[in-house]
Amino acid sequence: MKTQESATPRRLSFEIFRYNPEDPESVPHMQTYELDEAPYMSLYLALNQIRETQDPSLQFDFACRSAICGSCGMMVNGRPALGCRTLTSDLPDVVRLHPLPVFKLIGDLSVDTGTWFREMVEKSEAWIHTEQPFDPEATEARMDDDLAQAIYEGERCIECGCCVASCGVANVNKDFFGPAGLNRIARFMMDPRDARNDSDWFEVVANADGVFGCIGMMACHDVCPKELPLLEVYAYLRRKSLAAAFAKR
Amino acid sequence: MTAELISTDVLIIGGGLAGERCAIEAAAAGHDVMILSLVPPRRSHSCAAQGGMQAALGNCVKAEGDNTSLHFLDTVRGSDWGADQEVARIFCEEAPVAVRELAHLGVPWTRVRGGKNSYVIKGERVEIEERMENDGLIMHRDFGGTAKWRACYAAAATGHAALYAVDSEVIRLGITVRDRTEAVELIHDGDRCWGAVARCLRTGNHFAVVAKATVIATGGYGRIYGQYTTNATINEGMGAVIAMNTGIVPLGNMEAVQFHPTALAPSNILITEGCRGDGGYLLDKDLHRFMVDAEPEKQELASRDVVSRHMKQRMRDGKGVETPYGPHLWLDLRHLGEAHLTTKLREVFEICRDFVGLNPAHELIPVQPTQHYSMGGIRVNKDGQAYNMAGLFAAGEAACWDMHGFNRLGGNSLAETVVAGRIVGKKVAEFVAATSLDVRTTVALEARRTAAGRAANWLQRTGPGPSVYAIRNAMGETMMSKVGIFRNGDELEQAVAEISALLADCDKAVLQSKVPGMNPELSFALRLKGMLRLAFVTANGALLRTESRGAHYRSDYPLRNDAEWLNRTLVRWAGDAAEPVFSYEPVGEIDLPPGHRGYGSDERIEMRDTIEQYNENVYARQAQHGRLDTVEPPGSRMHRGAWKEYV
Repeated sequence: MKTQESATPRRLSFEIFRYNPEDPESVPHMQTYELDEAPYMSLYLALNQIRETQDPSLQFDFACRSAICGSCGMMVNGRPALGCRTLTSDLPDVVRLHPLPVFKLIGDLSVDTGTWFREMVEKSEAWIHTEQPFDPEATEARMDDDLAQAIYEGERCIECGCCVASCGVANVNKDFFGPAGLNRIARFMMDPRDARNDSDWFEVVANADGVFGCIGMMACHDVCPKELPLLEVYAYLRRKSLAAAFAKR
Repeated sequence: MTAELISTDVLIIGGGLAGERCAIEAAAAGHDVMILSLVPPRRSHSCAAQGGMQAALGNCVKAEGDNTSLHFLDTVRGSDWGADQEVARIFCEEAPVAVRELAHLGVPWTRVRGGKNSYVIKGERVEIEERMENDGLIMHRDFGGTAKWRACYAAAATGHAALYAVDSEVIRLGITVRDRTEAVELIHDGDRCWGAVARCLRTGNHFAVVAKATVIATGGYGRIYGQYTTNATINEGMGAVIAMNTGIVPLGNMEAVQFHPTALAPSNILITEGCRGDGGYLLDKDLHRFMVDAEPEKQELASRDVVSRHMKQRMRDGKGVETPYGPHLWLDLRHLGEAHLTTKLREVFEICRDFVGLNPAHELIPVQPTQHYSMGGIRVNKDGQAYNMAGLFAAGEAACWDMHGFNRLGGNSLAETVVAGRIVGKKVAEFVAATSLDVRTTVALEARRTAAGRAANWLQRTGPGPSVYAIRNAMGETMMSKVGIFRNGDELEQAVAEISALLADCDKAVLQSKVPGMNPELSFALRLKGMLRLAFVTANGALLRTESRGAHYRSDYPLRNDAEWLNRTLVRWAGDAAEPVFSYEPVGEIDLPPGHRGYGSDERIEMRDTIEQYNENVYARQAQHGRLDTVEPPGSRMHRGAWKEYV
């Protein structure tokens, strides 16, 4: 366990984007707050302290505060990150916070990721496609544990939106599935319980809104808080797309 | 812009696993369903459940011979006989189906690997040959208080995987979800619920949703313990609050609060029981494995209430590691090895790395017991129908259904969400099919005016007054220090008085911010009084219950008292009444007679009545407390005596 005690705590300066669309008098601007650093201080603790002691109107989102719910994506000194697991001890004296781009702004640091991700799931039909109804009497279908682990690898995405915010394509093409969307597609593509075949998937993913829209800057791979292997995901999708294309000819 | 009044067949309040699984059942039956959720459903607190879901599939060697009767025995013993035994029985029989259904919906359950496997069991590394004929079936891990390995899991993100699968089904069915929306008031006419008033957390606007049936699935109320909880910030218990505010729907067993042994110190982030299930140790400051002395049989895998008490006692005895944030103990996973920690306990590995900067393969994890689960909640019958209020249902942690009694076993609540969701959803669908929307819109609009008026009142208050956050912090300190793991009459009386004073403060509190829109301070202020009322009935219920049962431990009444307290606390408290009204109903029909749990103390005060006497008229007595009729008669699914060949 790291010890983080020192005689005089660091004075941190938080420059935070402010705009309340519900307030006709509000205009977008940056506002600065100062705070003494405390041991193990995360942005979750810091922002709540600012709201409770300095500015109760400040909007931001946290829920689980343990990096599993994906609520608290925000731009931290220009880089998308989860606020809850960003420790101030890893940041410079000045911390600049903006809302994630791409998503609709709700207010200050709060953005509407829920609507974006529901649309993505609807568009890619990211659920198990099967003709088989569930049989409550039957033993579960078997699955090799290695395959279960491979599916689980992609399943770990928490839809925080950090990858989407970091993506050059998602920032300009609103129809692009985005890294999280492509990862979700790959997760169902490798799941034998999903009846969609290569040709079905080809229609979904082998186009400019799908994996061929990616221009390979790979910021997504660098910023993903769950360290999803997105590079491998795109390679898998391209490989499957090409195979389907050859099969079609 | 939302209209002032909208309608649906079924209104589900809460977008976690219980609410969504319920919604699927109702939507599949052809009903129009709307879900209200504080957050996008996939961010609900179900996603934070880590270790597993109990279901007696019996797929691995250490689960061989498992069955629903063994699961029933473990669950009732775990509850310290506080559970409704018919509900526990229904749950145990339905859990395997619910788990397999999740496999059908896409959950990547960890699977049995046929052949040689290496496990850590009671401090020993052992090699076990898993049967090849079970290769690829759903795997189990060990958990506290169970006779067999029974918890089905997807690494240490079981809740996340289950929630995503169920939410995908919700989206596939095209179910309407209004996220960032909070239910703030039930619409009812005194004995029939007709939906709820909602507040939009984007705009601050109020609107009424009238519905033929309303389901509350808002999870637990851990945040009445302030920061001393593993719960998410959204677990403020508002579902229980709006039910209690009716004055006629009782909450059950609010004093039954679970403290999880291993919350990460000092942030109180959950570290799954699966760590101990997979062979982790608890150590004191001298690196002594004290649970082996305390519970030679179950060791670290006694039930959570028992382990938390031993930990707290150990720290009281000066064996905790002292820090500026208070004492903690250690969780030792080093012997499990990095390969295990980065796969089967991957999320734990990440939490340790991200929040305290340590590698559990090489370093000890600082842990302390912390509020974790609310056994209490909206009292419902076995169909999930709330007492005294037709058309109102509850499921999951928000409900007191009541399969957990005074202590829930790890992995039983995650399974409960989907089992209850299936059952209650079906009952809701049947209820809705047989009813029509028959409510005067004035009733709904009046409820909306009441709710909007409360917000307006907060904004009108001026002058000096306490801050809502200071009141919340004081509530959390009182609850953890005086309504915690060890309780006694003096401290509980102080707690009741302190919460009472905070309720008075709440009426004088003033907002610092009057900004238009959702206004985060106002949004919290609107919940504060309800949270204080929950805290009050929790403390008061604990004061009144002069015995120790499960997680409710009274140092001044250390024995379980089956002669006087084999019952369930009910509390009603109308929104405008000065004080709550407590009453007590039988726990339900008793099949498994009260006895020793197999861990913890074997001393208790025995029942005076025979089981037959206790069971006589038990259902009629519950009906006097408001239990509504069930579709099937009560007791129809008891399978009386089915457990007998396993004891």
